[in-house]
Amino acid sequence: MPKLHLQSRDILWGALVCALALLPLIPGLIGNSFRAHVIILVLLYASMAQSWNIVSGYAGQTSFGHSVFFGIGAYGAGMAVVTYGLTPWPGFLAGSVMAALVAVLISWPCFRLSGHYFAIATFAIVEIFNRLFMVWDWVGGALGLDYPILPDGWVNFVWSETKVGFFYGALALFVLIFGIVRYIETHRLGYYLRAVREGQETAESLGVNSTAVKLAAMAFSAFLAALCGGFFVQYNYRVDPPMVMSLDVSMRFVLITILGGVGNFWGPLLGAMILIPLQEYSRAYLTILGSGVDLVIFGLIIMLMMIKQPKGIMGFIEAWQARSRERAAAKEGV
Amino acid sequence: MALLDVSHLTMKFGSLAANRDVSFAVEPGTIVGLIGPNGAGKTTVFNCLAGLYKPTEGRIVFDGRDITRLPAYRISRLGLARTFQVVRPLKEMTVLENILVGAYLRQADSRRAMQIAQHCLRTCFLEEDRDRPAGGLTIGNKKRLEVARALATGPKLLLLDEAVAGLTSTEVRQMVELIQGLRREGITILMVEHIMEAIMPIADKVVVLDGGIKIAEDRPAVVVENEEVIRAYLGEKFSRRLKAMKEAKPS
Amino acid sequence: MDTFAQVVLDGLLTGMLYALVAAGLSLIWGVMDIIHFAHGEFLMVAMYLSFWLGFLAGVDPIVSWIASGVFLFLLGALAYRLVISRCIGKSAMPPLLATFGLSLFLKNLCMNRFSPNFRILQDTLLQGKTFMIGGVVVGLPQLATGIFSLVMLGALFYLIKKTRLGWAIQATAMDREAAELMGIHTDRIYLLVFGLGGACVGIAGGLMTSYLAVHPEVGSLFGLIAFLIVALGGFGSIHGALAAALIIGLVEALAGFYIAPVFKYVAVFAIYLVVVMVRPRGLFGW
Repeated sequence: MPKLHLQSRDILWGALVCALALLPLIPGLIGNSFRAHVIILVLLYASMAQSWNIVSGYAGQTSFGHSVFFGIGAYGAGMAVVTYGLTPWPGFLAGSVMAALVAVLISWPCFRLSGHYFAIATFAIVEIFNRLFMVWDWVGGALGLDYPILPDGWVNFVWSETKVGFFYGALALFVLIFGIVRYIETHRLGYYLRAVREGQETAESLGVNSTAVKLAAMAFSAFLAALCGGFFVQYNYRVDPPMVMSLDVSMRFVLITILGGVGNFWGPLLGAMILIPLQEYSRAYLTILGSGVDLVIFGLIIMLMMIKQPKGIMGFIEAWQARSRERAAAKEGV
Repeated sequence: MALLDVSHLTMKFGSLAANRDVSFAVEPGTIVGLIGPNGAGKTTVFNCLAGLYKPTEGRIVFDGRDITRLPAYRISRLGLARTFQVVRPLKEMTVLENILVGAYLRQADSRRAMQIAQHCLRTCFLEEDRDRPAGGLTIGNKKRLEVARALATGPKLLLLDEAVAGLTSTEVRQMVELIQGLRREGITILMVEHIMEAIMPIADKVVVLDGGIKIAEDRPAVVVENEEVIRAYLGEKFSRRLKAMKEAKPS
Repeated sequence: MDTFAQVVLDGLLTGMLYALVAAGLSLIWGVMDIIHFAHGEFLMVAMYLSFWLGFLAGVDPIVSWIASGVFLFLLGALAYRLVISRCIGKSAMPPLLATFGLSLFLKNLCMNRFSPNFRILQDTLLQGKTFMIGGVVVGLPQLATGIFSLVMLGALFYLIKKTRLGWAIQATAMDREAAELMGIHTDRIYLLVFGLGGACVGIAGGLMTSYLAVHPEVGSLFGLIAFLIVALGGFGSIHGALAAALIIGLVEALAGFYIAPVFKYVAVFAIYLVVVMVRPRGLFGW
């Protein structure tokens, strides 16, 4: 059912954003606490996953290469601050535009490949970028870029005293990306993306230039992933290639979305809300068991989810909705 | 001037010629049938017209423009829409959303695209299923969804690829009614068909292919008398039956 | 000239090693059409097993590959039974992600138990032994790996093409449902294929500890290169995988020597991209 008017889920959405915006008013919740850190990461990872969702969920072109765009965004901001001594803002813009350009240039030939060949091509691209950045002196090579000490505030986009600034930054990112995806979803591009996923030849027969549509999706997706990368580098005060450009980072985009529900508006948020706290808390509290336990648990969850419900948490919700509809129908005696 | 003018169309796959030197024209406002036995090259002609194949030789002129080697989506934008013989619903989208994809071609504004889609939904008798996922429809509804979706692109010429094959007799009647309704709206129709009963009564002209070559092009009543056509395709039996029908019911 | 010959020989021997690692993946991919993400981690597990056998019990890798082969067969079969068989089906994503989960699980479990340190067996039978042919140095462990690689690929080829079981595997690979209708128990074939794929990589890993260090990340790069090889060779083609492995070994050696060592993997990944742009189904794919 196409959504042209304000719907219950838009209201839900508005309420959610308002509630999040008011969170810092609760004393001691955001401050400089571990809880704040987890909330910020949930917002960041939900945004990353949503950016991936545009091209891989809605348009069905599964990319394992998003860490490249994320990394370019991170280096955009990082180099603006460290190499050129500017504020990160021009870096955010330059990084995102650069990521979109790189995405289009890379994807153009790769979209001809099908299935596994496309997937492996995206792995290869991540590895190439990782290794090139490792030896490229202009971007800091393997040592990466370390931030100098800067005054707090929105100009420099760093806060060392409290995490409230980062919280609002993450919230802005989240609202921006979810808002853009919501807009796309309810307009022509959104329908075209899904049509290309469901049947490329059919879409073409209806006048859809599928190559252009996929490239547009990739450009949007890379631009927004790069913005997330810019936030990430600000939040960590440093960047090096393995932090941002690696297969493991790419898999973050994929896993969060798939565990939440791929091709679904709420999927990325649900995935991030469950995975990130789980990972951060297990990392913090299971140190007694040694390193890597959080990822052991992560691996187990992924396997379990793929066995039980490959459509992710949204799959559970949809199954539950279908059951309650059936019950309602049974009650009416149909 | 003809709306569609196919001249000397040849399509080779390697050394195998699926079509050789096929020429025919479709006049505006008519229903034209493209028939022939299995392997006659009907669907190949169709795919050349719709831009899925690039013909080896020949020219296709649509509405005064050479469309011979244009990609499928450009052809669709010029006003030549098609359906698929093996139905291809966009499975996880609802019926209305499927049609909406077509409607967005002429109308980027969602509200107005929606009006077009609603109209096509009604025209093709799909209102009851508008919010159901297209993958779960019956074959009859899927075939009409193909038509509705193509219709939503606002075509001048509609190519129907075996739109009634595999349908029940009720569904066939519904489809024939639909096609005649479309012609009344001023849409020209070229249909590839296997079921003679569906095409003969409504076509203004039929083009008969056999072995990749055009063997006849005329009104249905004339074509069924054509010796070569009878031999190649209809079979003596159907022809006799048709003759018997005519004699029993003299106009 | 001798330098060039030496680089080429080293490249070919590296290629043979890669072929040995990729053989099992080629089988799994060819038959089941899934990207088996934990293949590299299976290799790591095999290397750890062989390492501990050598370190604690003094068994030389020249023998312990048998044990790691058997163990990895069982691990593969177990992984199939518990995880893969429950999510294999229409879509390619669930098995891919499930095996990625498995790789995270195995990698971090070993990280947790064995620490991230590099470990290498001292004084194995083959280690450090070399001999000269003409002007080039041939490492004995590399040569042994190369011979193993050829023998194993030959055995796989024979199994698939010449035995009744091989025909059943081929039938399952072509069309699972049709094979099922013909009375082939395809679930058991898949189990066997996953086990055999594990055994192949188990043998490779067992042998490799003769001269290579083991650490929790060792499987990541080998696994990735194995993907490239299988894809480059073409869907399920064993001779394609061998050819692709040799090409990748050569490219790696030549780029590493004549351009710069840091660029050897960049060249390897780039060659994959170039080849699939020209042949989107791999060298021997159809």
